[in-house]
Amino acid sequence: MQAKDFDRIRDRLNGVSRRDFMKFCTVIAASLGLPLEMAPRIANAITSPRRPSVIWLSGQACTGCVETLLRPSHPSLEHLILDLISLDYNETLNAGAGHQAEEEMQKAINENAGKFIMVVDGAIPLKDGGIYCMVGNRPFVDIVREVDAKAGAVIAIGSCASWGGIPSAAPNPTGAVGLPEVLKNRTVVTVPGCPPNPYNFLSTVLHYLTFNKLPALDSSGRPKFAYGRLIHENCERRPHFDAGRFANKFGDEGHRLGYCLYKLGCKGPQTYANCPAVLFSDVGAGAWPVGTGHPCFGCTEQGVGFTIPLFTQAIIKDPTPAAGQPPISDEKGTGISVGSAALLAGAAGVALGAGAVFTKKLGQYGDDDQGNSAGGE
Amino acid sequence: MSEAKPIGGRIFTWPFMACLAVVLIAVYFLAQRFIYGLGAVTNMNDGYPWGIWIAYDVVIGTALACGGYAMALLVYVFNRGEYHPLVRPAMMASMFGYTLAGVSVFFDIGRYWQGYNIFLPGFANFRSVLLEVALCIGTYVLVLWIEFAPAILEKLKADRLKARLNRIIFVFIALGVLLPTMHQSSLGTMMLAAGYKLSPLWQTGFLPLLFLVSALMIGYAVVIFESTISCVAFRRPLETDLLGRLAGVIPWILVIYLIIRIEDVNLRGYLPLAFSGDLRSNMFLLENTFLGLALLILLYPANRIKPRLLFLSAVFIMCGAGLYRINTYLVGFDPGNGWQYFPSVQEITITFAIIAAEIMAYIWFVKKLPVLADLKHA
Repeated sequence: MQAKDFDRIRDRLNGVSRRDFMKFCTVIAASLGLPLEMAPRIANAITSPRRPSVIWLSGQACTGCVETLLRPSHPSLEHLILDLISLDYNETLNAGAGHQAEEEMQKAINENAGKFIMVVDGAIPLKDGGIYCMVGNRPFVDIVREVDAKAGAVIAIGSCASWGGIPSAAPNPTGAVGLPEVLKNRTVVTVPGCPPNPYNFLSTVLHYLTFNKLPALDSSGRPKFAYGRLIHENCERRPHFDAGRFANKFGDEGHRLGYCLYKLGCKGPQTYANCPAVLFSDVGAGAWPVGTGHPCFGCTEQGVGFTIPLFTQAIIKDPTPAAGQPPISDEKGTGISVGSAALLAGAAGVALGAGAVFTKKLGQYGDDDQGNSAGGE
Repeated sequence: MSEAKPIGGRIFTWPFMACLAVVLIAVYFLAQRFIYGLGAVTNMNDGYPWGIWIAYDVVIGTALACGGYAMALLVYVFNRGEYHPLVRPAMMASMFGYTLAGVSVFFDIGRYWQGYNIFLPGFANFRSVLLEVALCIGTYVLVLWIEFAPAILEKLKADRLKARLNRIIFVFIALGVLLPTMHQSSLGTMMLAAGYKLSPLWQTGFLPLLFLVSALMIGYAVVIFESTISCVAFRRPLETDLLGRLAGVIPWILVIYLIIRIEDVNLRGYLPLAFSGDLRSNMFLLENTFLGLALLILLYPANRIKPRLLFLSAVFIMCGAGLYRINTYLVGFDPGNGWQYFPSVQEITITFAIIAAEIMAYIWFVKKLPVLADLKHA
């Protein structure tokens, strides 16, 4: 991108250099699984004078999802996050409050009708008319439906918004559900996780901005680039699993040596997420739950996270053969072929047949034929 | 001494023609091998530099050719002259077996045009077991031809030469007993050098002894096998009486062999390995089952005079002892690093051709030369 384009957003980025900005765009392209040539297009989308409007609604949430977006320790990333989009409404970050904030939201919705992105964090209670989560005296579910009617795209961030999360855990007293349950006729992009990885969210948003369409999604609305792979099959501790080396207790020898956490209830074998690859908080290697010695609890997976007890052992989804002693050398030389096998088997068959016939014929000689010609002259 | 006589008859019978066809196909493959090299026709590789040509043609081939050795030992060393009618055919089969084994070694030598260096003291490696085997087999082939020479001289009616040869032939007969004793055990010694690459089911300090004993075993079995087949094929009376008495020697050898074989594995603590259910363990069980069955048959004197059981026991011994050698040289051998080997179609065809050539030569010789005992005097 040209320096003059960058100048347009320089003041908004609070001192981020052009170089750092381009690096950020490259990271986003990489986590989307896009070729690096896409970084300039992403940069252009971000620096375009018209920033996309984002309306962020919070339901039964702990604010963790918003916090995670603010916490990447990459220099000044939070400024990028807040400035590459026009965050017109977010209860945690709003400057104003009360009626003033609600008015701003209505204004933004009307101005950007059909184009803005609605983001929801937190579950949505439906029981008793949705009275267990009220914002400005209105049930949250009504607000969601109203904003959805004019939204260009809908993203559910966090496990609660994606499928109910903690609020929906049994016995679920408020009848909490995820956004896809409420907006059944709408394609809802879900970015589950507790908290979700901010790069997965940013990448999804930037994909929409750059290409004007949503990334490829799996059956539960999760972007495939982030949720297409099983943690267990991409885990740095997988060799220990294959070799049968497990931590059996927190703090035991195996735990300290970094062995597999499967026996401590790790849900990696049932959970799809890119945690082992993307990591958290930009602090370097090992910065994800399993890397720090805690079993994965399946936060991105409906029916696993907050549902299966922490120490229950996971079901191995794709059973792979035990690699007891996998061969460590390539096969060399030529093994058995159809031709050679057939030739040998044929010869063995002929020998066996001839032998059988011959032995049978020998029987005719009897035991006392010594010295007598059998059929010859 | 019994008199031998050519049995005459047509040479180009259909078994002869069938063998000829196999030989002709193999000649084509051999031309490829000698022009383009070993890699063009064989599956041998750096991990398995010895393939079926060594394991079968040489190691088993010479064992099957031990009939002459076994009979010479019995007749000349233990002075059991009554078996003399069996000596000449056995000697002839040995001659073919050893000659063809020697020839097939030359198929197997990569730079065959330098093969003659084996016989030049300045170029030979005198620390090699392989050299011992090569020289021993080479000499023994020569000795076998000399031992068999009287039959040829009879045919040529070179009576004076035959008489002269008969005066010194005892030297060659003695050599003919000494040489196989040396190289048959050396065939076992060769695999001692394989060390840990050979499965503990086969790797043992007893390898030379086991190879020697199994050579004797096969030798007697082959005499029974050949005699029975040639009698039926050429419509001659069976020699069951003689063979039955000969078969009385075999159980002793079998018992000695099996005790050494099994007890050796057992004392080294590897017997459980025989029941691990993989290819090697099953081959171990199979080879010893064959020999056990043969022992079971021959243990009873009544069985030894039944042509059918006698023949079966001979076949079992040939299978069992042959498997022992195949297993030691190929199946039980794992050079590591992922190497694998199975003979190619061309290799197998050439091996079949060696067998076919032996059969053809046998047919031709017994029809043209005085080999088989004359019936009137038998």
